Amino acid sequence: MPVSHAEEGYVTADGRQIGGTLMELKNITLRFGGVVAIKDISFDIRDGEIRAIIGPNGAGKSSMLNVISGFYVPTEGDVYFKKVKRGPMKPYEVARLGIARTFQNIALFDGMSVLDNIMTGRLTMMKSGLLSQALWYGAAAREEYAHREKVERIIDFLEIQNIRKTPVGRLPYGLKKRVELARALAAEPKLLLLDEPMAGMNVEEKEDMSRFILDLNDEFSTTICLIEHDMGVVMDLSDRVVVMDYGRKIGDGTPDEVRNNQDVIDAYLGVAHD
Amino acid sequence: MLYREAGDFKTTYSEDSQTFPIRFDRLGFYVTLLVAFGLVPLFINDYWANAVFVPFLIYAIAAIGLNILVGYAGQVSLGTGGFMAVGAYAVYKLMTSFPDVPVLIHVLLAGGITALVGVLFGLPSLRIKGFYLAVATLAAQFFLVWLFNKVPWFYNYSASGQITVPQSKMLGFYVTGAQTSASAKYLFCLVILTLLAVIARNLTRGTVGRKWMAIRDMDIAAEIIGVNPLNAKLTAFAVSSFFIGVAGALFFAVYLGAAEVTEAFGIQKSFLILFMVIIGGLGSIFGSFAGAAFLVLLPVFLKNVLVGQLGWPTDLAAHLELMIVGALIVGFLIAEPHGMAQLWRLAKEKLRLWPFPH
Repeated sequence: MPVSHAEEGYVTADGRQIGGTLMELKNITLRFGGVVAIKDISFDIRDGEIRAIIGPNGAGKSSMLNVISGFYVPTEGDVYFKKVKRGPMKPYEVARLGIARTFQNIALFDGMSVLDNIMTGRLTMMKSGLLSQALWYGAAAREEYAHREKVERIIDFLEIQNIRKTPVGRLPYGLKKRVELARALAAEPKLLLLDEPMAGMNVEEKEDMSRFILDLNDEFSTTICLIEHDMGVVMDLSDRVVVMDYGRKIGDGTPDEVRNNQDVIDAYLGVAHD
Repeated sequence: MLYREAGDFKTTYSEDSQTFPIRFDRLGFYVTLLVAFGLVPLFINDYWANAVFVPFLIYAIAAIGLNILVGYAGQVSLGTGGFMAVGAYAVYKLMTSFPDVPVLIHVLLAGGITALVGVLFGLPSLRIKGFYLAVATLAAQFFLVWLFNKVPWFYNYSASGQITVPQSKMLGFYVTGAQTSASAKYLFCLVILTLLAVIARNLTRGTVGRKWMAIRDMDIAAEIIGVNPLNAKLTAFAVSSFFIGVAGALFFAVYLGAAEVTEAFGIQKSFLILFMVIIGGLGSIFGSFAGAAFLVLLPVFLKNVLVGQLGWPTDLAAHLELMIVGALIVGFLIAEPHGMAQLWRLAKEKLRLWPFPH
């Protein structure tokens, strides 16, 4: 299905309405000294869509995600979020804008329980003062239980009720990935960035994770931008795909368009040598 | 059979997140409070107060304070002795300048002053971590002790360079000075400890506590989630120093009565309290109590056994005591690196299932 680039958005193959531009990246270049990690890349992420970034190892995908999440400030180029140009920001300020992420190598707080980990996702929304918290009276307690209720909904959604009081350090890998997703979801992000959500998982775990990603896009209408290596998963999940190679963008479009793009086939999907 | 969660259904989030979720634990807690407030003051004498109870209560406050910083927020500090000195000198200056104000207010104010000093010396933590931060706080320790020795204004120009606590009353009883009764000392410290322990528990289970632990476990992830590291680290330094300042004020005003800064608040004090926190268990309020009790009681116990029971000479016993305490600390940490709180946790987990293994 061809993508219309009108500002009103488009309708996907499975009939979901995609809105206007949520985030726009214009001519992003990122250099570390002499190394050019990203070279003059522009693309946009639309409201409600699942956008994938793919590419071979070292293509600059994670750097791109770090630019989007505000962890790296691009050397050149501008980032627009909700049509507002984003200046250099501290990571915690970006979080307050409504951008949450998960990490390639899980970055959970090992010493805390699953519940506490997920509760940290709501820290930016908790406003009670130190004194009120010290006495556990009034605003602090009310706030705690109100947020706990929201967190419990996410726990139900991701089916991790039985481990909510377990310290995260004791969990197996697949569950840790799920808890990390729960923590990102708890922030009720406008834009959710997933850095290889299915790395190192077996087929069943991948199926579970794919289902969660589709469901949360559907139920919470969260916009998702993900990096993934499993081509089958990417092509099934995403609405539009950006393909990167050596820091350049070599393809952009629906999975079908990308699959038939000659540059992409040469760089990534493989060429038939005869 | 008593120690079970089964059948004790929680229907609200406030019930589910209470400090003692098991009924047996709750009962135990109330009984402990009852004994501490009701029974002990009736039987306490000067020996028990000065050798065991008052130092235990005061060290427990300091250990909770340091545990907030090291155990919960993950910022190593070797400046505890110096911060206790700030509390002690602050309470001394306040008591001599405003003798009519109740001493409890002075003690809390001294905590507040220490909190400010703590924030000041906590500023380097934004740039440096781990061992390097420990060295920076070590500088605070030596600087503060030097300052209180060097500037006579702090000790009111007394000839000996010592500070001596003036007498003061609370509710008609002496709580500082030579005429204070053992039970008054004990109760005064106990009230403050109970209050501060509840506050520490509330802070560490709530939003601030999660920020601290997030910074401790993975600071980059914490920042991306929306924790402002400046804010989180400095509140940890402030709250921790408040506790340590209150402990210092009580140590001087209630326990020692007269103090000389190098002797009372030297580097040994910093290490002693750090050992309490490590042996008790990092990141546990119960651990702070256990560590303080262990390191206060062990020397007293050894002394009673070696001198009292075996009749060895006092100086030999004193040296042996140091060696035994040191060896026990090493042995203990090899056996259980996560401290007494972890032992307690494991015991409770086993107890929940007892007599079945799984």
